[in-house]
Amino acid sequence: MTWKFDRLTSPLAAAMLLLAPLLAPVPAGAQDLPPAPAAAPPAPAPAAGDQGLSVTVSDDSAWQSLGIDIPAFATPADVPTAASAGSTAQLGRAIAEVITADLKNNGLFKPVGPGQLPGVPMEQVQAPDFAAWSARGAEMLVHGAVSAGADGQLQVGCYLYDVALKQQRVGDIWNFVAADWRRAAHKCADAIYARLSGESPFFDSRIAYIAETGPKEHRMKRLAIMDSDGANHRFITSGQAMALTPRFSPDYKKIVYLSYLNGAPRIYVYDVAQNTQRLVVSTTNPVIAPRWSPDGKWILYSMSIAGNTNIYRVPAEGGRSQQLTDTPGINVGGSFSPDGGKVVFESDRSGSQQIYVMNADGTDQHRISFFGGKSATPEWSPRGDQIAFTHIGGNLRIAVTSPGGQGLRYLTDSWQDEAPTWAPNGRIIQFFRTEKGAGHTSIWQVDLTGRNERRLPTPVDASDPSWGPVRP
Amino acid sequence: MLSRFPRNRTLILLAVSATALAACAPKPPKQLPPEPGPTVAAAPAPAPVPSGPTPGSQADFLASIGGRDTIHFAFDKYNVDDLSVEILKTQAAWLLKYPAKKATIEGHADERGTREYNIALGERRATAAKNYLVSLGVDASRLTTISYGKERPVDPASTEEAWAKNRRAVTVTID
Repeated sequence: MTWKFDRLTSPLAAAMLLLAPLLAPVPAGAQDLPPAPAAAPPAPAPAAGDQGLSVTVSDDSAWQSLGIDIPAFATPADVPTAASAGSTAQLGRAIAEVITADLKNNGLFKPVGPGQLPGVPMEQVQAPDFAAWSARGAEMLVHGAVSAGADGQLQVGCYLYDVALKQQRVGDIWNFVAADWRRAAHKCADAIYARLSGESPFFDSRIAYIAETGPKEHRMKRLAIMDSDGANHRFITSGQAMALTPRFSPDYKKIVYLSYLNGAPRIYVYDVAQNTQRLVVSTTNPVIAPRWSPDGKWILYSMSIAGNTNIYRVPAEGGRSQQLTDTPGINVGGSFSPDGGKVVFESDRSGSQQIYVMNADGTDQHRISFFGGKSATPEWSPRGDQIAFTHIGGNLRIAVTSPGGQGLRYLTDSWQDEAPTWAPNGRIIQFFRTEKGAGHTSIWQVDLTGRNERRLPTPVDASDPSWGPVRP
Repeated sequence: MLSRFPRNRTLILLAVSATALAACAPKPPKQLPPEPGPTVAAAPAPAPVPSGPTPGSQADFLASIGGRDTIHFAFDKYNVDDLSVEILKTQAAWLLKYPAKKATIEGHADERGTREYNIALGERRATAAKNYLVSLGVDASRLTTISYGKERPVDPASTEEAWAKNRRAVTVTID
């Protein structure tokens, strides 16, 4: 990823200067370091060591104050649409609100939404009144337009301007069917986020998770899916059989998950469009912890035989399984490196849960976690530079380390946070938090600094979140 | 919705779990016949009422073993301790008496651990109980195991006491 704000003016450059160490808190010794941002000055050396990283921010308010004004999108003609949000004018406002929420929730920006801003006439969408917006104190400005085509399609334009420089930074137009209007907003937020942060986008993505209801002793656990901001929520299973640990396939067409259908834990691939599912491995043994390979061609799973659990892989379309681990005890989970060449997994072969890395064919298994306590549920960042995991030392906390195991850095501090998974851009981590006693569960997102943590709204208690990739 | 999947299995499981739960709770000693010999009383056809369990039934199993259908484990451990050995011996005696009966051993973990590991740990505990019963002469083909990990606590509290109760393997015979 190259950094794109080298030509920007001082307020933004200053903000980004402070952002730089936050967005790339990678141990100095890591092998997969992204190229150093060309325009970034030498960052206050984030020293790596056994104690982990310390990220220093000299001025908290400066980088958070990157103001972005997002007035309602204009429309050339206010006409009814098939979208749930209403007419094109209503959509223009709703889209601006979704963009505002997206940008607000990651902690990097201070967006001001359409509720606090004047409207924008159509003719200004591509020729903003910079003087007026400058007078309001805006640093960055988003304009857009919504129009309805004869075929029922919506056309949404999205423009980002640097007010001080009077320059356009983003200019994109998308066509969507009316039902997908929120995707237009997420695409616009993604374009803005990517342009300003230099990171890859992630808003236009979906999340699979487990919806939980009922008393702690007999909780109903259902497979459910939703957009990255919690919208377009849908329950998939009825709850008659306990469902756990879902993962979207890389193309979003399928979800692999664990179900106690027919009374025993097995893994199934659910077809989202067809509303059908099939058993992945036919066996009398318990099968748990399914994971896709990055290309969607393989499924990792863990199977118990005579009390010992080992990790296997099977072609996603069916075929012979190959056993990857073979040790007494519990080998479980697993997560592929982005290139599919390696797998990070959890094993208690040393006597307690620890993190190991192996080649995708099972060779060269070696332990990487030496942090004290236990280390569980490792997940490889889609960027390859970090491994997120659950560290157990009394409480369960979300932490990250390098693929070589250099340094542990906690991102959360609560009674029980577990099962981290990555946003498609490898910069936000999702996990679930369990309340002591009551056992309520909820999904949370935290950025790699650990300072921006927020709860994702879900209709009921929620666990086992997993993010799919950014949609094309 | 996945309505094409049978519902009855879930209902059976729920019923089994409920029985197991009821069995785990401290209870006053029941006035049950010491020996399930032949009785002259006309057996009522519907669900068992406290007039004495049918020989060879799950209720009879519970009565015969004094309600001790559950063994417990230390934190993150799966070894069968001395108390558990005594409990498994009484279970094995009943199972040997009714060689046609099958049983499922449910393994569980307390909530202090990650979800997937705890399912594997519960399976290990259930298997440890099964292996001990087999060592006492019960045919392995009569015993199945299933793990619920930390998903089915018998005591919902987050205390040492509750956790000790939840780290368990429960033997449930199949009527």
